[in-house]
Amino acid sequence: MSSLARLRSRVLPTARQLVPFARSLQTSADTTLLTQSIPEDGSTPFTVKLHEDSFRAYNTDAPSLDVEVTKDSLLKHYQTMVTMRRMEQAADALYKSKLIRGFCHLAIGQEAVSVGLESSITKDDMVITAYRCHPFAVLRGGTITGVLGELLGRQVGMSNGKGGSMHIFTPRFFGGNGIVGAQVPVGAGIAFAQKYLERPSATFALYGDGASNQGQVFEAFNMAKLWNLPCVFVCENNKYGMGTSAQRSSSNTEYFTRGDKIPGIQANGMDIIASAQAVKYARDWVIAGNGPLLLEFVTYRYGGHSMSDPGTTYRTREEVQRMRSTQDPIRGLQRYIEEWGVATDAIDKAAKEEIDKAVEQAKASPEPRAEDLWTDIYYKGTEPPLMRGRERDEVHVY
Amino acid sequence: MTAPSIASTARAAKRLSPSTLSRLSVARRCNSTGAEPPPAGGHLPSIATSKILRTTREAALRTPGIKWLDEDGNSPLQNTIGGRETRKMNLYQAVRDAMGIALAKDDTAIVFGEDVAFGGVFRCTMGLAEEFGRERVFNTPLSEQGIAGFGIGVASMGQTAIAEIQFSDYIFPAFDQLVNEAAKFRYRSGGQFNVGRLTVRTPSMSVGHGGLYHSQSPEGFFMGASGLKIVVPRSPVQAKGLLLASIRDPNPVIFMEPKILYRSAVEQVPIDDFELPLGRAEVLVPGADLTLLTWGTPLYHCETALSLLAEPPASLAPLVPEALRGARIELIDLRTVLPWDVESVIESVQRTGRLVIVHEASRTAGVGAEIAAEVQSRAFLKLLAPVRRVTAWDTPVGLQFEKFIIPDAIHVLDAVMETLAF
Ligand SMILES: Cc1ncc(C[n+]2csc(CCOP(=O)(O)OP(=O)(O)O)c2C)c(N)n1
Ligand SMILES: [Mg+2]
Repeated sequence: MSSLARLRSRVLPTARQLVPFARSLQTSADTTLLTQSIPEDGSTPFTVKLHEDSFRAYNTDAPSLDVEVTKDSLLKHYQTMVTMRRMEQAADALYKSKLIRGFCHLAIGQEAVSVGLESSITKDDMVITAYRCHPFAVLRGGTITGVLGELLGRQVGMSNGKGGSMHIFTPRFFGGNGIVGAQVPVGAGIAFAQKYLERPSATFALYGDGASNQGQVFEAFNMAKLWNLPCVFVCENNKYGMGTSAQRSSSNTEYFTRGDKIPGIQANGMDIIASAQAVKYARDWVIAGNGPLLLEFVTYRYGGHSMSDPGTTYRTREEVQRMRSTQDPIRGLQRYIEEWGVATDAIDKAAKEEIDKAVEQAKASPEPRAEDLWTDIYYKGTEPPLMRGRERDEVHVY
Repeated sequence: MTAPSIASTARAAKRLSPSTLSRLSVARRCNSTGAEPPPAGGHLPSIATSKILRTTREAALRTPGIKWLDEDGNSPLQNTIGGRETRKMNLYQAVRDAMGIALAKDDTAIVFGEDVAFGGVFRCTMGLAEEFGRERVFNTPLSEQGIAGFGIGVASMGQTAIAEIQFSDYIFPAFDQLVNEAAKFRYRSGGQFNVGRLTVRTPSMSVGHGGLYHSQSPEGFFMGASGLKIVVPRSPVQAKGLLLASIRDPNPVIFMEPKILYRSAVEQVPIDDFELPLGRAEVLVPGADLTLLTWGTPLYHCETALSLLAEPPASLAPLVPEALRGARIELIDLRTVLPWDVESVIESVQRTGRLVIVHEASRTAGVGAEIAAEVQSRAFLKLLAPVRRVTAWDTPVGLQFEKFIIPDAIHVLDAVMETLAF
């Protein structure tokens, strides 16, 4: 079982270590080393050592490379990531068969971020992100049927079919936000409320490498630092914002260093053990009252930006292929798991069945009710007497 | 049609109730799914078959109000059409063509916005970076407020700045720069500075499934921002001529391109440099009984409504009184929403006595409200019916509800009939 250790031999370029940031983060998903033999029992913790280039830190210490895991937790990671990917693939298929219309952004390739994040936070913590939101919505208390139903615009949809792909919420997840960057100061406000209400919890405000250049992101940084808010600003750097690469959009692509006086961590977002470890570190940091933290995940989206983008005009097919075949978060984890002789086939099969069932349920759900058109605009009972429609006869009286 | 005959129709014609409306919609759906043979006169006009579009060279070159801007401005050829060529273009190609001319003729002109160097989401800037260089056609970071402010700075130095906001729904982060800075630059500097060379292009209006942030028509939000102009083209020829005029107009212009028309509206477009006038509405179909006023995409719904009125298909015929079918409706494209062409609209309403305004933005304080208020104060004694508005619902554009929120031809038809029969 310690054969895991054979997978990668460690090279230590000691000279370069002295120069800050001269080393780059690595984003492989299968470079973790076993430091002890794996216990038989699934719930007994054991320690693994992450690749030494799994994290970089700015004005703070990096998270520990020694991570305590259990066999069960790794299997759970695997199962959740596989299910999330299957869900996104199902959305892809539904879109291609024209059952989903409008905008649809998939997170295939980025599973280690959403699943890693969820595994290291509690239900008291809050999450807000942009439009690439389907896995978060499920993991934060939603259902797969609820997400697919929303994409299809059906009654079972988590926003009653009003929102679609970009607008899905749960009590612990503030969406799904279509205006890029707008969610980040909202995250700071959520964190303020947590602090004010004396809840020992954290807010994770997510945004992309593209969104990181919106002015309001910096405004949020400043407020959070000024008021010492328990907010983790999480940059999902998948290297492109639509067709524009990070290098072409950002004068500083070290997103974890862009908080000025706010310290930052950069983490391998393709390795779920590393991403879960980074989130744990970040959560502890802000809950300890240290103020905000920037957390950059270096990750990759395999597909196009949205369904109308083939994703190959601004990057090469080889680049995508290389990421898929060498750095895939699911395959990386699968490799460890199979090393221990635990088969993943059953998990894969169960995930497929779960998704197939959810697809059927979502498809069977009726279109939204007419009254949902004019509900939820104002608080019930305080709305104007009527909502006016397309012409004079078309009026809804509340 | 004369007033007495309308009055008698008013008694004869039954008011269409909401339930009638839904019957109308059902009737139309049946028609479009082919459950019933096409009417004798052929299919209803769609954008593809619209008579509003100028699909021949001759028609394109005779576009009303066209002003040629040849290299040699004094050439006697200037107002002739002999020898001029046209090319078949859709709306995005016409927009691209206009920017190509602006970049070629004006060395200071630059084009910038999110992903524009790759052609942009709607391909309006396709190939411009390759043709004119990446220092003149470039991608910006994702920062609308920054894009607008940056454009204002460039333009205030006398350079021609052509900015793109990827969707008009994203213009709100730039709202401050446009309303507080661009619109007031000339005024607050006592005329020392201006940003007349700034043009902000942005795809607008709905496509049927865009949902909350890809279906809005924000033109109404700018109505109070004197200093700005808001232009909405309806077709490729219009897009090219109005965009060139906007780029060269000595005031900042927001140019809202109806995105559903990018591919679907196709015309022969003159390849030369030409402009069409800003601030001028255009009468597309002259008439004497009712003025139907709109801009952008709904023009095509209006055209369909007029054809339904004149020759209703069998399924609709019982709902369209014979006496109304011969009504002569004047169809007007407002084109410039700010400042809007009050004179032309009032002149038309003075003649017809009836006005129906159609827009895709929601009703409350939409552009239609401003027009209706002005018309009732200037033409009160000439009005034979209340000014009628056909607009979107006053709700956000819920994804699955879009087809119930945005008005279509049936709503226009209904409003026209009721106004005629008032
Ligand atoms: C204010 C605003 N501007 C532009 C857009 C259009 N848009 C949607 S996503 C996107 C790129 C965002 O890239 P990034 O933040 O890196 O996120 P990713 O798509 O890579 O997850 C753009 C330009 C938008 N939705 N909102
Ligand atoms: Mg990105």
